[in-house]
Amino acid sequence: MSAPRMPDETGVPDWKPYMHPILEKNYGQWKYHERPRPGVLLHVAHNGDKVWSIKAGTCRQMDVHTIRTMAKIADDYADGYIRFTIRSAVEFMITDESKMDALINALNDAGFPVGGTGPSVRILSHTQGWMHCDIPGTDASGAVKSLMDDLFDDFMKEEMPNHVHITTSCCQINCGGQGDIAINIQHTRPPKINHDLVANACERPTVVARCPVAAIRPAVVNGKPTLEVDEKKCVACGACFPPCPPMQINDPEHTKFAVWVGGKHSSTRSKPSFHKLVAAGLPNNAPRWPEVSQVVRKILDTYKADARDYERVGEWAERIGWPAFFEKTELPFTKYHIDNWRGGRANLNASAHIRF
Amino acid sequence: MAKQMHDTPLLDQLESGPWPSFVTGIKRLAQDNDMMVDLLGQLETSYRTRKGYWKGGTVGVVGYGGGVIPRFTELKDENEKPLFPAAAEFHTLRIMPAPGFHYTSDLLRKFCDVWEKHGSGLICAHGQTGDFMLQGCSTAAVQPCFDEINEMGFDMGGAGPALRTGVSCVGMARCEHACFDSYTAQRQLINAFLDDMHRPALPYKWKFKFSGCANDCSNAMQRSDQAIIGTWRDDMKIDQDEVKNYVAAKGRDYIMDNVITRCPTQALALNDDDTLAVDNKSCVRCMHCINVMTKALSPGDDKGVTILVGGKRTLKIGDHFGTVIVPFMKVDTEEGMDALEELSGEMIDFFAENALEHERCGEMIERIGLVNFIEGIGVEVDPNQVSQPRTNPYVLMPDWDEQAAKWNERQA
Repeated sequence: MSAPRMPDETGVPDWKPYMHPILEKNYGQWKYHERPRPGVLLHVAHNGDKVWSIKAGTCRQMDVHTIRTMAKIADDYADGYIRFTIRSAVEFMITDESKMDALINALNDAGFPVGGTGPSVRILSHTQGWMHCDIPGTDASGAVKSLMDDLFDDFMKEEMPNHVHITTSCCQINCGGQGDIAINIQHTRPPKINHDLVANACERPTVVARCPVAAIRPAVVNGKPTLEVDEKKCVACGACFPPCPPMQINDPEHTKFAVWVGGKHSSTRSKPSFHKLVAAGLPNNAPRWPEVSQVVRKILDTYKADARDYERVGEWAERIGWPAFFEKTELPFTKYHIDNWRGGRANLNASAHIRF
Repeated sequence: MAKQMHDTPLLDQLESGPWPSFVTGIKRLAQDNDMMVDLLGQLETSYRTRKGYWKGGTVGVVGYGGGVIPRFTELKDENEKPLFPAAAEFHTLRIMPAPGFHYTSDLLRKFCDVWEKHGSGLICAHGQTGDFMLQGCSTAAVQPCFDEINEMGFDMGGAGPALRTGVSCVGMARCEHACFDSYTAQRQLINAFLDDMHRPALPYKWKFKFSGCANDCSNAMQRSDQAIIGTWRDDMKIDQDEVKNYVAAKGRDYIMDNVITRCPTQALALNDDDTLAVDNKSCVRCMHCINVMTKALSPGDDKGVTILVGGKRTLKIGDHFGTVIVPFMKVDTEEGMDALEELSGEMIDFFAENALEHERCGEMIERIGLVNFIEGIGVEVDPNQVSQPRTNPYVLMPDWDEQAAKWNERQA
């Protein structure tokens, strides 16, 4: 038997063989950009070179036929080069403006909506969900598909006060990240433990250590070593489930959606901010999640009507104040909106500032 | 000809509507791929019962300890036979793309051909960590599939308690704001610590993300353990003729409302002659005015990076943004990039030695305090590391004079 092939540990590849030559030629030499129309960016270099980037939506989880269609469009109109964005949009670069209409038509004909530039709703960033994750409370691809169907016009037009990043996450680990609007699974009941399986499937000290509120302790049930949960302490975060699958946190009825707003990574204008809870208790209503869509639509419509240009969702809420946010969006404010986690005191109103 | 399709009344509802449908794509693959027929069966079951049915395991390639995400079905009958046998193994291969996610059409076709031969034909472009993900591979096919991809010049990405694949914004390739060469930084740093990616032995994951400016298009602030963000320390550049053109086109009110008053540190003023005055000492390089008036304003010439450490999401102790460790570092020469690599190595080593199992760097810093971290990696204290000084007196200060003397010495 021959020796196994050892990997070439090549690491991150050189980008130059895969990058459009106009980008390589002007690497670090761009002067300014404009947005000639929704879905199109024009970048101009100091030497006068111009490149138009046409941006289109994808479903992220793509079959090879879809990717080959993209490759064909790139060959036909964009010199054979493609770039993806971190939110799974696809970009085609052209140096000849006269090809733009034909490229956009080809993308539309192939089912790739052109948009996602400037003050638009960008593609929802999403995670794996039921298709591939080992701990998901819901599906990500389906929730994103449903919401993007609803937000289709908002993706293709540039009519929001600023760009809107929406994220989804299938558990409270929140792989979707911070968002202007974040749609995240929120468990509402402690895990259901299969005591027969714990001893064989779980490294018990590791599981005990994962709990953020020290609610898990070793126990013996039916003569078998297992774990038990102090249900008065448990915050149903699901942290014990990945290292111990017999501690099932997902529940068809009690695993709900919560909606958060005001997350922002950039340091542009205001400092980065975390998203904040605004709605919860929404049912995990596959395959279309209409209750979630309704809340997102209401927040977006209110933001669009009320925010000033360039305000992100969180900046808008900060300016008008949270009482006005809940009033305008008609969402209930409950005791669960008041932070009681460590450091939560920083989220209380330590001032006489009240808007009337 | 593949096996017969399962009924999928719930998934079928995700084929209508204008947005591209992943279900339609999977069905296209299922026409001649049994794995995708059964994937649809399992996924439909999840949609019906609202539960997931994958469990992890151990699958890898020769020479590496990570990079494959193993998935085995948990949907089995009373005899432990999988209900959807063709998708009983559904592993993912994480492949590291070029910085900036650039591809030629030929390269994408090659990936498609290899993946169609060995796997499901389903590709995720890209995962949240930044990998090109080939989703749906049997255990037996993992090695031959990776061998072919590796021979194309591509390597496995990270998974588990390891260095992870990096992400860069579009950067200098197509952005006038980019203040450093994020592609070179990504390639050099990840490749310098590749051993920590392919042989996972860190306490937990370590993610690098690279953004050319404070707009942070790679979401580095909260989504990476080490965020490297471009900035500059001389004056921003102004083309006053272009400022006048903006004012002429948009009006003074528009510029006041959308540029001047939006400056977070009141560093801007619109002069009577429609030119712009900038108080560069107050400017925090937030990028807003430059974003709005891209023709008139741009970053200065003395560019570099700010390094922030400790970003992460909720589990276990709550959300963290990265916080400033090094306010400014020049990386526009080989020596500069090497210094960045050296400092990053110090941080990863300190993390490897001091973090608890399953503890992210931000959580470790929360536990031991920022001062212990920066002293451990040999970085000086700097008022840019805090949003404000301490507000409580619970601290022992036996060597105040010595510490004050150090500061005075550095200022001299």
